[in-house]
This record gives sequence, structure tokens and C-alpha cells, in this order.
Amino acid sequence: MKTNKNFFAKLFTREYRSRLISFLIIILGYIVIELLMATGNLSSMFQSLLVPVTCYIVAALGLNLNVGVSGELNLGQAGFMCIGAFAGVCISGALAGVISNGIIRLIIAIIIGALLASLFGILIGIPVLKLQGDYLAIVTLAFGEIIKSLINNVYVGFDSNGFQFSFVENKLKLAPGGKALISGPMGATGTQRIATFTVGVILILAALTIIYNLIYSRSGRAIQACRDNRIAAESVGIHVANTKMLAFVVSAALAGAAGALYGLNYTTLIPSKFGFNLSILILVYVVLGGLGNMTGTIISTIVLVLLPELLRGLQDYRMIIYSVILILTMILSNNEKVKTFAAGLRKKLTRNRTKEAAADE
Amino acid sequence: MSENKIPVLEVIDLGIDFGGLTAVNDFNLKVYNNEIVGLIGPNGAGKTTVFNMLTKVYQPSRGTIKFCGQDTARMSVVEMNKAGIARTFQNIRLFSNMSVIDNVKIGMNNQITYNNVEAVLRLPKYREQEAKVTEEAMELLRIFGLDKDADLIAGNLPYGAQRRLEIARAMATKPKLLLLDEPAAGMNPQETADLMDMIRFVRDHFHIAILLIEHDMKLVMGICERISVLNYGMLLAEGTPAEIQANPQVIKAYLGE
Repeated sequence: MKTNKNFFAKLFTREYRSRLISFLIIILGYIVIELLMATGNLSSMFQSLLVPVTCYIVAALGLNLNVGVSGELNLGQAGFMCIGAFAGVCISGALAGVISNGIIRLIIAIIIGALLASLFGILIGIPVLKLQGDYLAIVTLAFGEIIKSLINNVYVGFDSNGFQFSFVENKLKLAPGGKALISGPMGATGTQRIATFTVGVILILAALTIIYNLIYSRSGRAIQACRDNRIAAESVGIHVANTKMLAFVVSAALAGAAGALYGLNYTTLIPSKFGFNLSILILVYVVLGGLGNMTGTIISTIVLVLLPELLRGLQDYRMIIYSVILILTMILSNNEKVKTFAAGLRKKLTRNRTKEAAADE
Repeated sequence: MSENKIPVLEVIDLGIDFGGLTAVNDFNLKVYNNEIVGLIGPNGAGKTTVFNMLTKVYQPSRGTIKFCGQDTARMSVVEMNKAGIARTFQNIRLFSNMSVIDNVKIGMNNQITYNNVEAVLRLPKYREQEAKVTEEAMELLRIFGLDKDADLIAGNLPYGAQRRLEIARAMATKPKLLLLDEPAAGMNPQETADLMDMIRFVRDHFHIAILLIEHDMKLVMGICERISVLNYGMLLAEGTPAEIQANPQVIKAYLGE
């Protein structure tokens, strides 16, 4: 049974192991949640968190490709989510009369959101990624704020003539039967809630597949090479700006897709939800989960979204405890003693496995 | 060497200024195929600057670099590599967080033709080319004695192995000319002797030209067919190892009056 053995050997290579674990976490989590919901054991508070968690995971996975794998700091992930969210809401609202099936509209909204966010990613990336240093962080930080302010001041409506834009409320003249989709600082109102947890989980699995398949390909190796040593990467014929652009745009597209899902989960959505705080929050998920570690990102996102809710009993103290837990985790995960202990544990585990493998033969 | 062949590399009156400082001036060099040429000179003579100009890390202020008879005036670092110049660095520049085999595979990036969509969907073209690249990368690692370390993280390799990996990565780009910047730096005499054999083997096996910077005179005199001496950015002498060893100007530059 040589082929069979090769198959199992392949499963335990570094690539497939991390892929397997992250897929298992998501699928098992999905099954458990669905079971809890079916038996009525999930409180409405947790149910309301399900879709946002999947959105944060997708956006954080994208950001990890940009920050962890490509090594460029991006502080505007919320800005890309914002674009995706409001694009998704507009598309869904516009198509409401044409396509009655919510799932199909949701998928179209997610795709449009991703495309629009990646378009903005390309526009930002062209000038910035040619430079070396922290320029991307500065520009994306500003970008997130600009997008938020822009949507805060735009009025979008849809009628028989198509989309109508205005920066002054009363100038939005809609034909009869038309409806306002975004009304400035009030945000999007009257949105049909078509986002579902299942679509969110599928989006996570798609994001994981895209990221893993990209990392273990020609482009993924180039992305990591540019992170490790820009000069050496150029010396072996890798175009650094294009390579970094790819990671940045995929990251933006995933944020856009996540934003569209997020936007269609609420009947009202205000642009100030996508502020600098959200960008930093997503960055915290990524850094705490480990740069370049997709499984870690998933776990840290879930834990950090649930933690404030679980600490709700502590009332006013919950954010203090939350931050203390965060700081302790950061310190401990960087502690040499803890690290050596973890490394020793891992060694022991792998030794046991190789022993078992040897015993099997 | 027969003078009627077209040289792989022909450098004519090359010069570069940094602000008011002339780092290299009137530098001339010819390297023919299957040749090992040495570039020596005291510290600060401008040897690495010449390498950086040949690979376009620095754009020369004056002069011409012809590669395989073609002028390279408008070419970038990436284009120089695609044309067939590969290099190693004085202070090792590996992709130190990546595996040894991935370091070599990156060198083959421009020989891979599948696009990102084919990669994300894992289409047959991706599978075929990845299998081929893995096989070729393992073959290169075997040549450089690194096949057992293929899955290690490159930054954890011992020093000598890192130097070998850098050469393997450069060779993965299938160059016509290999530039080695102090390949023996930090090596003990035994490692240096092995390196000499390896450089000769690389030349004979891949049929390429090699231009190397080195301070280890035993290595330079042992494997180079011709040597150019650089001093204060100017060409001081060129010739066979025997000629260079007997040149009074070279001795003066190295030992002083």
C-alpha cells in the first residue's frame, strides 16, 4: 500500500497539517453551533454574534496574508470592510426587486464588495508599494478615515434610472418607486437582513483555501521572499512591488467580502462602525494569533470576540479584565521560558508520533 | 582565452559617483564563457560596488555594461537576473524564515508559468509544474550537499551551508554568469578547500562563467584563470595569477611601501 502511505505522509507535512487543523476547527465549530441552535441551547446574544465573528475571521485572515506573510503593515482593513459593506447593501437593495432569493443576492453582494475593495486596494497600492518602509501603514490609516468620512456624507438612492448619488440630502431626486439606500451619517437603513451564518462559514473556508493555496504556490513563495529579504528577492528576478501588491489586494478583497456579509446582517448600518478602532481590533486578532499563522488567527478572533461577552457579568470591569488578559497573553507568548516549554512539549508529541509510526511498520 | 569570441560580460569604462565621491572609475573587464575570473583589491577598493553596478542595484554614472553582446543600460535588477546574471551577497541574504527547498524554488519562479488562478484552483498545470520544480530543486540541493536539510528553515543552517544554499539559489535562476561576493568569508581552511572544488564543479557542470570577489588569496590564486585588481576604484592590474603575484604595483597596494 505505497500510495496509501504516501497519502498519509502528505497529510502530516507542514502545509497540510495547518490546513487540516484550521478546516477542522471551522467545520467542527459550525456543527456544534448548529446543534446548539437546533436544540435551542444558544442564547440570542450569542446568535447575534455568529455572523459578525465570521466576518471578523475573514477580514483577519486577509490581514494576516498582508501583515504576516507579506510583512507590510496595513491599518485600513476597516476601510476596505466599509467599502464592501456599503457596496453590498447598495447592490442587495438594488437587486431586491429582481432577485427574490436572498442567498443569491448575498453572494452577488459579497463578490461585488470584494471586487470594489480590491479596486481601491490597487489604486492605493500602485503609488505606495513602490516605496520601502512604513508608508503603507500611514496611507491605509488615512484611507480608512477618508472612506468613513466619505460615506458619512454621501446619499445614494436607487430608482428606475439606476443609482443616484448626491452629497446633499435634498438633491437626491428619486423617481417614483425609488428608494434611498445610504443616507449620509444615518448610514444604510431598511436593509433586508439576508446574511446567514452558513454563508459566513463557507466564506471562511473559501478564504482559507485561497490563502493556503496562494501561500504554497509560486506567488506565495515570492511574497514571503520579499518579506524576508527584498534585495535578495530582486536579485533572483522577483518584481517586489507587484508581489506585495498581490498580497495587499487579496487582503483588501477578503475584507470587502467580509464587509458585504457584515453589512447585510443589520437593518441599519452606520459608517462610523468602520473606524480606526475596528482596524486595530482586527490587527490585534492577527498579532495575537501569530503572524502568518492562519489557525491562530481563527482561534484568537473567536476568543477575543467572545471574551467581552463572557465577561459581561463583571459589568464595568470587563474591559479592564479584557485588556489585562490581552496584555498577559502577549507577554506570556513572548516569554522565553514559556516558549521553551512549548517547544519541548511539541518535541515530545512529535517524538511519540514518530515512535508510533515506527511501531506500525 | 580566445579573443575572437563574444564575451559573456564586457564592461567598458564603467564609473559611479556618490555625490562628489568617485567610487569606481574607468573600470574595464571581460569575462568569457566557462571562465573563472577573480576581482581582488584592498578593503574599500570598490569591488562590491562593481557587483552592485553589474546587477543594477546601483545605476552606473558612466560607461557600458554589455551582457552577451547586448547593452544593458536601461535594465533593472530584475531584468538583469532574467537576462542571466545571478549573484550571492557578501553578508548572506537568504530568505531566512523559509525552508531550504523554498529558497531554491524561489530562484525558479520565473521558469514557472502557471498563474494565480491556476494555483488557487490547483489545476493540473499547477500540479505538473510544482512537481517539476520540486524535483529540480532537490536535484540542485543534492549537488550542493543540502538535500538532507531540504525542509529545515534556512536561517537555522550552519554558516557554511548557508553560503552553499545562496549559491544553489543563484544557480536555480539558470544564469550564464554567476557573481560570488566573498564566498569563502568566515570559512575554515577545510571548508574553503571544499568550496574551491565546488566552484570548479559548478563551472564545469553548468558551463557558466564565474566572477568572484575574494580576500582568500589561496582560493583566488587556486581557481581563477584571470584576475583583475581594483585599488581606489581604479583598475590596478589584470592578468593570470602568476602575473598578478609578481606585479610590483599589486604588492605595493596590498603591503604598502
